[in-house]
Amino acid sequence: MTLLSSVTGRLTAAALAFAAPAVAQETPQPGGVANVAIQPEPPGLMLPLVQNAPTQRVAGNIFEGLLRYDADLKPMPQLATSWDISDDGLTYTFHLHPDVKWHDGEAFSAADVVFSADVFLRETNPRTRAILDHVDSIEAPDEKTVVFTLKQPFPAFIQAFEVGTLPMVPRHIYEGTDFYNNPANNHPIGTGPFEFAKWDRGSVIELDKNPDYYEAGKPYLDKIYWHVIPDAASRAAAYENGTLNVMPAGSVENFDIPRLSEMDNSCMTEAGNEYFNPFAMLWLNNREGPTADKRFRQAVMYAIDRDFAKNVLWNGLGKVPNGPFSSTLASHDDDLEPYPYDPDKAEALLDEMGYDGEPVRLLPLPYGETWTRWAEAVRQNLEDVGINIETESSDVAGWNQKISDWDYDIAFTYLFQYGDPSLGIARTYLSSNIAKGSPWNNVEGYENPQVDKLFADAAVENDPDQRQAMYDQVQQILHDDVPLAWIMELAQPTLYRCSVHDLITTGIGLNDGFKNAWIEQ
Amino acid sequence: MPYVSLILGRVVKAVIVLLAILVFNFFLIHAAPGDPAAVMAGEAGATDQQFLEDLRERFGLDQSLPVQLWRYMSGVLQLDFGYSYRQQMPVLDLILDRLPATLLLTGAAFVISLAFGILAGTLAAMRAKRPSGSIIMGLSLLFYATPLYWVAMMAVLVFSVTLDWLPAYGYSTVGAGYTGLTHVGDVAVHLILPALTLGLFFMAVYTRMTRTSMLSVSQQDFVKTARAKGLAPGVIQRRHILRNALLPIITLAGLQAGQMVGGAVLTETVFAWPGIGRLMYEALMQRDYNLLLGIFFFCALLVILFNMLTDVIYRLADPRIKHSAA
Repeated sequence: MTLLSSVTGRLTAAALAFAAPAVAQETPQPGGVANVAIQPEPPGLMLPLVQNAPTQRVAGNIFEGLLRYDADLKPMPQLATSWDISDDGLTYTFHLHPDVKWHDGEAFSAADVVFSADVFLRETNPRTRAILDHVDSIEAPDEKTVVFTLKQPFPAFIQAFEVGTLPMVPRHIYEGTDFYNNPANNHPIGTGPFEFAKWDRGSVIELDKNPDYYEAGKPYLDKIYWHVIPDAASRAAAYENGTLNVMPAGSVENFDIPRLSEMDNSCMTEAGNEYFNPFAMLWLNNREGPTADKRFRQAVMYAIDRDFAKNVLWNGLGKVPNGPFSSTLASHDDDLEPYPYDPDKAEALLDEMGYDGEPVRLLPLPYGETWTRWAEAVRQNLEDVGINIETESSDVAGWNQKISDWDYDIAFTYLFQYGDPSLGIARTYLSSNIAKGSPWNNVEGYENPQVDKLFADAAVENDPDQRQAMYDQVQQILHDDVPLAWIMELAQPTLYRCSVHDLITTGIGLNDGFKNAWIEQ
Repeated sequence: MPYVSLILGRVVKAVIVLLAILVFNFFLIHAAPGDPAAVMAGEAGATDQQFLEDLRERFGLDQSLPVQLWRYMSGVLQLDFGYSYRQQMPVLDLILDRLPATLLLTGAAFVISLAFGILAGTLAAMRAKRPSGSIIMGLSLLFYATPLYWVAMMAVLVFSVTLDWLPAYGYSTVGAGYTGLTHVGDVAVHLILPALTLGLFFMAVYTRMTRTSMLSVSQQDFVKTARAKGLAPGVIQRRHILRNALLPIITLAGLQAGQMVGGAVLTETVFAWPGIGRLMYEALMQRDYNLLLGIFFFCALLVILFNMLTDVIYRLADPRIKHSAA
């Protein structure tokens, strides 16, 4: 028997010995190893350079941001121990933790923050660049204090300091270098609870405990192994036979989740989804064809049986949205009446607009079996009300290209929310955001001056009540106009062996690292 | 020396074929929708025009296609296969890093399928009219017809998940830190399922082909003569029938050997084997042009090499061929 399987064997035995009720209030035990599935293999681990999902997931252990966010998206201390926002909403002052060191032993200071935000991320990260457009200056009055001065109030700014958005970059390594070809990219240096150890490409990424981590006693785990397993069924088998003990969301196909979560010593949580809250949508091309007609778009909303998709395709996990804002956002309007499943109403609307059976192209998202089935279900719903659907298929690169070139009629996608409408939602509706070349902007081509103004004003409105009034109004308008179809707030179920505790402690989920996680021995 | 001039001629042809393959592949993959910058921007979840332009400029994708082709080909002629856009590493390093794992897997599958295939085929031919021969043929038909990924998944479910005899995936035990012989043993244990899975199909093909070929050879006059002159049946089977029946097997083995670099995509995917096949599939999905072209180059090179080797083996197995080719 191999070392690894004997370890997991012991863990399983230990977990069985401690029956379920006893585990709630244990003190964390040091030691143990997390074996986690990761797919696809990240292209690199230099998080400030590479923003794709698997990189964020692994490198969130190596790098840190100034803040973290709880399940209500309230800021929590990380590299900054405290912070003040001036009453006029223009000055953000952060006080840094006094004892933080980079993994190479250099001290972390305010100069690193200024370099990261003002130089590095402005150059490399388009999402952060857009946020930093609101910032007039970033200064370090002393070693442990950073002051961001904004051009105008931007209340969402305080949501932008998580590790994936504003990761801290070591100035002493990167300043004055070619960021993309710096040798440190292959051995990233952060301040996080785990250090990069080794990467066998195609097999495994190994992270070691940071022995000098500034929060005493943490992290508890000795190592994290990220297992690169390309096939979803193989990942499920590796979890079943005990090789893996943590399966991040998306590791297995949805139809496997009930089976795997019902196994002995297997737990499942939907927590940690609050910050990103992926929102599944159908792009509806507002420029041409039947989808340019508002009645057609409303008919799509009535025709799609969203509860069926949730209950059958997603095993009841997730949420059917009532409108354009996801329910985890503070500005979400709870009173909005969701579009019901009403095929008769859809047919009536199609008759009223005089839809003549013109073919409508449907582009599924090539992200695995569940999405393929979802596209089949939607196709059936739409055909039931008399819409003539032609399904087009493509790989991810082709999907990207078609969306970015506006070469579609109806297309599946999902978008992250990033904790605030001005960060995650406005981008899909602002007419200033209509530009070919990106699959993440206003690709449906919706133009409404009133919506533009409401989003622009709300983003810089410092008064919460006035801001909410604007967001209520914009939700009402969008709900009626249906620039795109809101089909599901996706759940992000994480599967893990129940002997792993405190795996997810923030609204950022596994991307926030395994700092608090511990394994019952 | 006919061998030398023959091989020289083949080498010249091979170089021309290789270059033609590179040019053809270059245009083929650029014809696919989407480029690496768009894929990377798509994965980032947010993008702007500046981000895309930066990427395309860094990758040299802002140049016209002929310029890109010229740059690529002049690099290749100096044995420089360029950088992988996505992994930010030299293509040659990435390929050489993954090549051993693939060669180990496909090589093991090759040996297993050839050895067991010929053995089973010979047995089936000798027992053609008995139930044991029919059982061998039935099994080989089953393996021949079953899709590879299904066999792979079932093998994992039975031998790893249910019986817990063999590891489900991977190249070696993660975190075990084995060295020396223990490491070799560890890799061997990990190799069993993928090599058998990959070998099954060709094993079935060799079995059927050996049997058919041996049965037809055994009808020929020289075999009757050998029998008439009282040779032992074992000697006749081995030296007269099997040797003459081997030619089609060699042809097929040459084909299988040519697929050794790129032919294991499915097996490598299901078993998370860190080989070239997966690297190729991922490079295709991510439009990592340089990496993909580099892998195509190595695949083509291997096919050409094995074709040449097959020709040489023909001549060793059947000396008559030399005269007709000269």
